[in-house]
Amino acid sequence: MDVLQSNILELITIIFYCILIFIPLLIGVVLALYADRKIWAAVQKRRGPNVVGPFGLFQVPADGLKFIFKEIILPDSADKTVFLIAPIITLALSIAAWAVIPVQAGVVLANINVGILYIFAISSLGVYGILMAGWASNSKYPFFGALRSAAQMVSYEVSIGFVIVTVLMCVGSLNLSEIVLAQKNIWFFIPLFPMFIVFFISALAETNRPPFDLPEAESELVAGYQTEYSGMPFVLFLFGEYINILLMCAMTTILFLGGWLPPIDIYPLNAIPGFVWFILKVTLVFYMFAMVKAFVPRYRYDQLMRLGWKVFLPLSLLAVVLTSSILFFFKLAPGMS
Amino acid sequence: MSISLLTFYLFSSILLLSSLMVISTKNPVHSVLFLILAFLNAAGIFVILHAEFLAMILIIVYVGAVAVLFLFVVMMLDFKTSLEKDNILQYMPIGLLIGLVFIAELVIVLINTRLDLSNIQILSNPLDNFSDQSNTEAIGSILYTNYVLYFQLSGVILLVAMVGSIVLTLRDREGVKRQIVSEQVDRKGKIELVNVKSGEGVDI
Repeated sequence: MDVLQSNILELITIIFYCILIFIPLLIGVVLALYADRKIWAAVQKRRGPNVVGPFGLFQVPADGLKFIFKEIILPDSADKTVFLIAPIITLALSIAAWAVIPVQAGVVLANINVGILYIFAISSLGVYGILMAGWASNSKYPFFGALRSAAQMVSYEVSIGFVIVTVLMCVGSLNLSEIVLAQKNIWFFIPLFPMFIVFFISALAETNRPPFDLPEAESELVAGYQTEYSGMPFVLFLFGEYINILLMCAMTTILFLGGWLPPIDIYPLNAIPGFVWFILKVTLVFYMFAMVKAFVPRYRYDQLMRLGWKVFLPLSLLAVVLTSSILFFFKLAPGMS
Repeated sequence: MSISLLTFYLFSSILLLSSLMVISTKNPVHSVLFLILAFLNAAGIFVILHAEFLAMILIIVYVGAVAVLFLFVVMMLDFKTSLEKDNILQYMPIGLLIGLVFIAELVIVLINTRLDLSNIQILSNPLDNFSDQSNTEAIGSILYTNYVLYFQLSGVILLVAMVGSIVLTLRDREGVKRQIVSEQVDRKGKIELVNVKSGEGVDI
């Protein structure tokens, strides 16, 4: 017991920091849900949520309350344990990834050396929530949705991995803070512009966002893996999904848009604290996510697979070879000059 | 007892329990899920040993890719037929044999180190000066210099396995209509602009 007593203060600090990450994340998800619906509505010349609260801002909390008070329906032939564990896994994993995201110079919960690998590992685990939900529901539409989702996420992870490798070759470190600091002179989306596009589209596919939302394509699969879920477990899925989307926006910001760095390092711009720039950039990327959802019709499944394996995979492999050759022959690689 | 020892016991006990559950649950999907739990705890033990690169690679490769395909295949099975445990003792001799081989290997290692575990460091650490590098750098610098041939060879073996499995399963079926994008996009010679006179129409 004295182990726990001597470390109790440390434990409390860590829990406090976790809450410090979780609360803004929750607010961020509520705002993102609201913004998503508003932008979508604006593109379609509708007004979107505008009744509950000022400008409809309380619509999302009201929906959340409604879901919490609804009955949780367990299908009779479902595998009940796995059925209930699945949404918890989805939410827990999506929050866990935020532990290594640096929002400002030195402001990060866990500044680990393999930060980018950690995020990659956690996001590759995300598929289990969906697979377990689809299988445990014991119903054909959720099962099809889960199979589609698993194949889709595994396919696009490959090209995301190669894009990350090109960025890492320019940085020479797996630490997320050092990836940001390496962009002091130029943000990576300028020299690596094709990879920025590949990463953005793969991020859409990885988070099951439209136009790649085939796992829950309502015209074919009712609601995919979420079909049998109601009440609180459904909210956990919804929140997990949106936290993952925000995570992918943050990853795009850190890898390509210079993280917390201001656009130009001059007086009025660099006086603004870093986390403001970070939030601004994440918002910008999320705006692009929302616009894509409003603009682009859904892909067919074979088209999705062709894009992943026949277009993005060769392209990102070529980029790895090209980037390493250029860095090697012009002696630009970190630690070579 | 330090915190790291406590976490070690936590991880290893969950690891052992979940590997026991892998072979003892009746439902094969639950088996795979427990296998994943075992992988995750093994990764946790790697982290305690300061091998965080190996831990992350274990999760990315085994949990993120291999086990997903496992689960994929197992979920498709009609597992009601596999629930009949007619004679579980049928595989006992071969299991015992494999277990014996593992124990023999462990004993040989222990004899080689003369029961002083600090000697293992010398056997398993080919880098002279490892302490000033992170383990990602250390693995990279040893893998791409001293062992580059073996590294490339294992890559070629994997490639051969991949090509082999595709060759074995690829069949050209008759009458399958494929979408050829370049043909769809290429509209030369397939489209014609015609000035249509009002009230007359054209032949197509």
